[in-house]
Amino acid sequence: MARLHDETFRWWRKHLLGLRDLSRQEIETILDTAEGFEEFSTRSVKKAPALRGKVVVNMFFEDSTRTRNSFTLAANRLSADVIEFTKTSSSVSKGETLIDTARNLEAMGIDIVVIRHNAGGAPKLLSRNINACIVNAGDGFNEHPTQALLDTYTIRQVKGSLEGLKVGIVGDITHSRVARSNIWAMTKLGAEVTLIGPPTLMPAKVNELPVKVSYSLDSVIENLDVINMLRIQFERLGGNPFPSIREYSHFFGLTVERMRKARPDMLVMHPGPINRGLEIESEVADGPNSVILRQVANGLAVRMAVLFLVNQAAMEEQKYRV
Amino acid sequence: MTAGEKENPSGRTEKLIYETGMEVILNQQQIQGILQTMADRIASDLDQGTVVAVVGIRSRGEVLAERLANMLESRLGHALPCGTLDITLYRDDLNDPQGRMPPAFQGTEIPFDVSGKTILLVDDVLDTGRSVRAAMDALIDLGRPKAIRLAVLVDRGRHEYPIQADYTGHKLQIPEGKTIAVHLAETDNKDQVIVQ
Repeated sequence: MARLHDETFRWWRKHLLGLRDLSRQEIETILDTAEGFEEFSTRSVKKAPALRGKVVVNMFFEDSTRTRNSFTLAANRLSADVIEFTKTSSSVSKGETLIDTARNLEAMGIDIVVIRHNAGGAPKLLSRNINACIVNAGDGFNEHPTQALLDTYTIRQVKGSLEGLKVGIVGDITHSRVARSNIWAMTKLGAEVTLIGPPTLMPAKVNELPVKVSYSLDSVIENLDVINMLRIQFERLGGNPFPSIREYSHFFGLTVERMRKARPDMLVMHPGPINRGLEIESEVADGPNSVILRQVANGLAVRMAVLFLVNQAAMEEQKYRV
Repeated sequence: MTAGEKENPSGRTEKLIYETGMEVILNQQQIQGILQTMADRIASDLDQGTVVAVVGIRSRGEVLAERLANMLESRLGHALPCGTLDITLYRDDLNDPQGRMPPAFQGTEIPFDVSGKTILLVDDVLDTGRSVRAAMDALIDLGRPKAIRLAVLVDRGRHEYPIQADYTGHKLQIPEGKTIAVHLAETDNKDQVIVQ
């Protein structure tokens, strides 16, 4: 039975730019709506006509397999047409600006833009310059809202609620938009978040975030209900944040040995793609505590919910536009 | 008893607000009686060996479907699969700027294969026929039923689409601008059909 959220509450945002500004109720509305989309994977026709005739543009200025395919499939399952846009095969490589590119696409009659960009704030900039709905699929070091939504969805699915849970996020927090969105979503839903990693990978203003910080995984792992292992993003690491990969693995890798110290029911999560043997050992990634593949499956339902809700808000907005 | 009050068959005094034009059309006993009669007719129409499942349209149809399924169970001597259809994604006014805002999407819950089964589709009110059109499309996306039969508590009869019910509890003609509200104990604490 899908949870009944407050009947008087209405989703009204036509953009999903991040989770920082969302209320608990708004986050729960997305998660509740996603529950309704979960059964699609088992249907004979895995489609519904909710976005029929609508056009979704996947504007990815950075590489992605999971998120991009997940959004494409989510849009397809809602019967929308999808335009795939990549930086290298478009006029962006000829010097066209982001806003010009988007306005040109909009002139063709697009309804929703899913954007991933290496500059934080790019989705927000776009939302102020075009009429289409904007969904942030990851912007710089800022936010990756749908990843955090599918993470919280997965935790809620297994644990029932996030209220009072202790969640550890391990790794390169500085360069992680996943960590940021996770902090907003999970703390709003009542979880206690601890960021774990070497001081060199902690953001400068970490004390302004509603989190605890630990530089030692071994000293906190026994208390965690959920551990979210971030990928070491070699493409973003500058300088020498840790002496060697081996040393990082030794202190912060989720190994079989370290799992022995953890609670037997601790959930092991990873946003993918995983560096096997680096931040997580294969036996753990594929082990009984891992929900890594379930996260991917849930991502589809969550993205369907997001596309559905922003489109509904845009339809409502049209009604009241004179 | 004042002019504004009328005694209903349950013996309780029902205050009717004539000034605002609200009127109770069916009370709890009448609704119960209608569903019993309907279950009798459905049970007698079923051929031996027909595999039946009951599917209600959210949200009042869901409640009525459960009640009918229970009544049919006692008549047929076996339990019937029962499910709930959410038609939000299939509504024809979903992307219509003039359409009314749909209720929150909660998802379909049909924990059985509809293929090859005779589906008894249940809703509270048949009016324009648009919800039933949406429901049939939603159902067919889940599989290929052998047949779909429609049972409704009240038929308002505007029928903008060519859809008729196989089992109608109560036919009602009311002026344009009036609305029918079906209240059921499970969702509204009380069984009654009102026109307002």
